Amino acid sequence: MAIRSVASRKTLAGLKETSSRLLGLRSIQTFTLPDLPYDYSALEPAISGEIMQIHHQKHHQAYVTNYNNALEQLDQAVNKGDASGVVKLQSAIKFNGGGHVNHSIFWKNLAPVKEGGGEPPKGALGYAIDTHFGSLEGLVKKMSAEGAALQGSGWVWLGLDKELKKLVVDTTANQDPLVTKGGSLVPLVGIDVWEHAYYLQYKNVRPEYLKNVWKVVNWKYASEVYKECK
Amino acid sequence: SIIKEMAASSAVTADYVLKPPPYSLDALEPFMSRQTLEFHWGKHHRAYVDNLKKQVLGSDLEGKTLDHIILNTYNNGDLLPAFNNAAQAWNHEFFWESMKPGGGGKPSGELLALLERDFTSYEKFYDEFNAAAATQFGAGWAWLAYADNKLKVMKTPNAVNPLVLGSFPLLTIDVWEHAYYLDFQNRRPDYIKTFMNNLVSWEAVSSRLHAAKAASSSSA
Repeated sequence: MAIRSVASRKTLAGLKETSSRLLGLRSIQTFTLPDLPYDYSALEPAISGEIMQIHHQKHHQAYVTNYNNALEQLDQAVNKGDASGVVKLQSAIKFNGGGHVNHSIFWKNLAPVKEGGGEPPKGALGYAIDTHFGSLEGLVKKMSAEGAALQGSGWVWLGLDKELKKLVVDTTANQDPLVTKGGSLVPLVGIDVWEHAYYLQYKNVRPEYLKNVWKVVNWKYASEVYKECK
Repeated sequence: SIIKEMAASSAVTADYVLKPPPYSLDALEPFMSRQTLEFHWGKHHRAYVDNLKKQVLGSDLEGKTLDHIILNTYNNGDLLPAFNNAAQAWNHEFFWESMKPGGGGKPSGELLALLERDFTSYEKFYDEFNAAAATQFGAGWAWLAYADNKLKVMKTPNAVNPLVLGSFPLLTIDVWEHAYYLDFQNRRPDYIKTFMNNLVSWEAVSSRLHAAKAASSSSA
């Protein structure tokens, strides 16, 4: 009796896996909210702890939850052969999956000052920035201007075009990931310019948020991604 | 065209003026805070008006009415530069006038009858309007609108409004995050319910409906 109940959970899981495979169904991979690699208040005064907590625990969590729901529905539609159902789900997947992808990058794009946040990039990325934009100030000015000019909600990106082997600055609307602007684009730094990213602290003055966010941008992470993808 | 007639007869002509809401900035408390009105009207709406003035100066849009600019810069969705400021100036004036202190709840009379005719019940309309406002992804607006003798709920992204989509706006809720973030943070559904239960000016909706019907019949 006891042996059976100890083995039962694993066995049941194994049976479920097997039966899923026999029926041609895969169990889908769902997602969880990644932890922040620093405390909510660690980016102050550039970004308030209040914003970081709501941004992470409410906004990003909602994207994760809704993405998982959309994936479950997609799995069912795919398995039923419901083509129009599959197509209908695409916008929910783009919104919420994009939201999860983008925010996961964003938390790594930021770091407390005492952990290198704001420290200019050195090495290969620093050199590439100077080559393409004249200087880090030149890049920051361009990204801040494009971020400020973005109508509605979206992101401003520094990306690497792997094919053309050059750095690009671009924006995406809503939660579109950078890859929607070009299949060979790799995001290095993304700045969230949705109002939820800054409103409680900076209100309508998005340019002030853009001026201050650079003080906590984690160029070490961007450099690692750049080196890996070159 | 009927769209131009409808736009011309709409109550909002703006003429690049930052018109104050028809109530004081604290009059919608506790449902919409004074602080929100100070920023939303005093900064956001004001910026759309000021920036529009600068933008059309010296261009062939200078001196044209707000409605004209909106209809001529929509360009079938491939927006020309002045669209955002012009449409947002229009939308915000329309939004302030869609609310009143002590508003919200169920309308009565002809308006209720029409909502029941076109949505089956006020509750069905309420749910549909709520859903539109809650599911407009990113920045935008939800609307009650009138077209082809029918009421309908619409949702639009960023600055787009029913005028450019051939429908007559009757009611709107702003779902850009700046509209609710100070009072509700991420809780957009709570903001929408508060708007429906406590802020909607059905008088404004009624008078707009009369104007819409007059415009439609005069061009029939």
